Amino acid sequence: MIPEIGQFALILALILALVQGTLPLVGAAQGIPVWMFLSRRTAQGVFFFLILAFGCLIYSFIVNDFSVLNVASNSNTQLPLHYRIAASWGSHEGSILMWVFMLGLWSCAVSVFSRHLPEEVVARVLGVMGLVTAGLLLFLLFTSNPFERLFPVPTEGRDLNPLLQDPGMVLHPPMLYMGYVGFSVAFAFAVAALLGGRLDATWARWSRPWTTVAWCFLTVGIMIGSWWAYYELGWGGWWFWDPVENASLLPWLIGTALIHSLAVTEKRGTFKIWTVLLAICAFSLSLLGTFLVRSGVLTSVHAFTTDPRRGLFILVFLGLVIGGSLALFAFRAPRVGTQGKFEFISRETALLCNNILLAVACGTVLLGTLYPLFLDALNLGKISVGPPYFEAVFVPIMALLIVLMGIGAIARWKESPLAELWEKLRAPLAVTVVCAVALPLILGRTHWQSVALLALGFGMAFWIITTLIVSVTDRLRHLQGGLWYKLQRQPLSFWGMWFAHFGVAIFIIGVTVVKGFEAERDVRMTPGDVISVGDYAFRFVGIEDRQGPNYHAARGTFELLKDDKKVRNLYPEKRMYFAHGMPMTEAAIDSGFFGDRYVSLGEEINDGKGSWSVRVYYKPFITWLWGGCILMTLGGVLALSDRRYRVYARKPAKELLAGHTLPRPAH
Amino acid sequence: MKRLFLLFVACGLSFWLPMATANEALPTENDPVAQKRAVELAAKLRCLVCQNQSIAESNAELAVDLRRQVREQITAGKTDQEIITFMTDRYGDFVLYQPPMKGTTVLLWLGPLILLLLGLLGMYFFLRKQAGKGEEMPAPLTDAERARVAFLLKQRDDSKT
Repeated sequence: MIPEIGQFALILALILALVQGTLPLVGAAQGIPVWMFLSRRTAQGVFFFLILAFGCLIYSFIVNDFSVLNVASNSNTQLPLHYRIAASWGSHEGSILMWVFMLGLWSCAVSVFSRHLPEEVVARVLGVMGLVTAGLLLFLLFTSNPFERLFPVPTEGRDLNPLLQDPGMVLHPPMLYMGYVGFSVAFAFAVAALLGGRLDATWARWSRPWTTVAWCFLTVGIMIGSWWAYYELGWGGWWFWDPVENASLLPWLIGTALIHSLAVTEKRGTFKIWTVLLAICAFSLSLLGTFLVRSGVLTSVHAFTTDPRRGLFILVFLGLVIGGSLALFAFRAPRVGTQGKFEFISRETALLCNNILLAVACGTVLLGTLYPLFLDALNLGKISVGPPYFEAVFVPIMALLIVLMGIGAIARWKESPLAELWEKLRAPLAVTVVCAVALPLILGRTHWQSVALLALGFGMAFWIITTLIVSVTDRLRHLQGGLWYKLQRQPLSFWGMWFAHFGVAIFIIGVTVVKGFEAERDVRMTPGDVISVGDYAFRFVGIEDRQGPNYHAARGTFELLKDDKKVRNLYPEKRMYFAHGMPMTEAAIDSGFFGDRYVSLGEEINDGKGSWSVRVYYKPFITWLWGGCILMTLGGVLALSDRRYRVYARKPAKELLAGHTLPRPAH
Repeated sequence: MKRLFLLFVACGLSFWLPMATANEALPTENDPVAQKRAVELAAKLRCLVCQNQSIAESNAELAVDLRRQVREQITAGKTDQEIITFMTDRYGDFVLYQPPMKGTTVLLWLGPLILLLLGLLGMYFFLRKQAGKGEEMPAPLTDAERARVAFLLKQRDDSKT
């Protein structure tokens, strides 16, 4: 009964979404207020039915309703409750339902927080989002129904993939999808502006906070995913350049460009066309990511052609969304005039350069991800494109970007005289060069290659930090009063930029130190053995059996030693899940501010002495990677809390020249 | 036999000098330089039966086997390039995470550079065009907008009086 209610709710949501996607758009074009007013109510209605549907699915998982195919293939009576809930988005069908659910959530949020916007704009924005929602609901209902029944009903379900039985599964997908889908708002605002023919600073101001929120979610989502891979996969890597990861990095790169471009459009009224294009691209890449991950095309091009229904649907949908919006763009964009002239050396130029580089970085990742698929599809041979390629092409682009990041934060809008700029950048440049060269030597590196790599990394980080310091002192110089007072006078959006950039520096330091100083040992250990790595040593005490709720595990005990003194015990596990019969490693990590000590169990060695193959790692500064991401997110949150958004939100609608609260003049 | 003896000695000693004499674990590879090379090579080779994992990451039988082969060949004194050639001869380019530069991969390797040049070129033309023009005024108001402004101003004046 409950699954049928869910199914029915999906159908109702589809019908409402079709209304949301048509009438308000027509209403806005023809000037029919009643039709425009429909947009808010229908968006909220769609969201209501999506809550109902998603709730029904989660309920089916909680009560182990194995008559639902989706539950039977992804859950199990022995699975703990929180993983049963997380299993609702563990499958293809469930994750698409969550995608649509998030889209409904964002539409609903727009309908609630857009009271100050002209009705025409709201109608267009929600109309566009309604069309996207309808498309995905069609996909869900026709190709990936999450409520499909199964007969005869099995008494026990297959288990959730053991890899996914982790706290990361509870957090990572919702965060990531919030980010992915959040770009739909920026997309809808851009398309609405193109439809309405009004692209101005107010448009940028409206879509900017939405974009920032989505970007924050995406950043956190990617960070959790990376952290999860780090501790779960058992060999200490944190980014694999796997196509699935790249699929989330692509919208992040373009989203980052979009945030910066929106800033220019809002403040200086220029780059409008480019901003619109980025907004369209950010969401298109989110859709493309979904297509890549969900169509099976990544595993093999041939998997796609053997069951092409899903893949084909998304491909057509993708073509309609991207093609449609780009066609509209090509048709409308040339009519948009640009304002705000600027000189060659100015903050505008620096930000434009930043945008170009981020777009090139994104294009590069896209190329590397899709290239093997195209080669295979054209029968030109199978190749693998992995970390060595991406590191070789991605790092130089990022290095250029970082150089500009320092200049952009200091350069003035409109015109930044070269002499003045040089005056400000001289000191940071000197400090950066000296530190970058000295630090690797102080840390005891002598081989030119490793010194060069470390110097590059440290140089980038110091360049960001020193220029950030200059950006603060520069702003404080003309103010009177105490230091704290002067700092407080700076707008929160400035601190947003500051912390986000600082986060990038912290992230780079983390990457540089991990890459430069990590140590790894792959050993066989008999109880009593000691292995030293970095400043620490691990003593293998022994292995014992442990029963989990749906697995049994061999649990190792290791003593972590520093200077021959015991610091703590670590308990890595090797788990065997009952339902899958798949061995899983659970690494044990002693995490600290300056580095992680990491131990994971390999295989048991049958020598009668209880020996195991063991991998131990020393990962210095790895926590700085996550810390950097958190700082970037904090930057986004600070930018969102800026005074002008709060003031704006409080202003009643009619003060803001809302067209339809006034009698409409005849055309 | 020698190992057993050492173990025996170590155990005996460990009664009165527990920390200092605990026996060091046996590395699977004795030479640290060779070990480092083996790890780096393994990270560049794809486990062919796994879903996008290098042989360094995977515990699949094939990966374990290939890791052993890499180690053996390093011990036999082969260079990295020779080992890579050996692998590609056997399994094709698919086994390599760093695709070789050849006819079909030219675009892959030059693509980023082409993109960058196109981007910079586009930017150059944009900047030149925009430096040449004067400050452009915002589009003039339409009649409808004019009427709306007049209405608003009037409303404000009315509310003042």
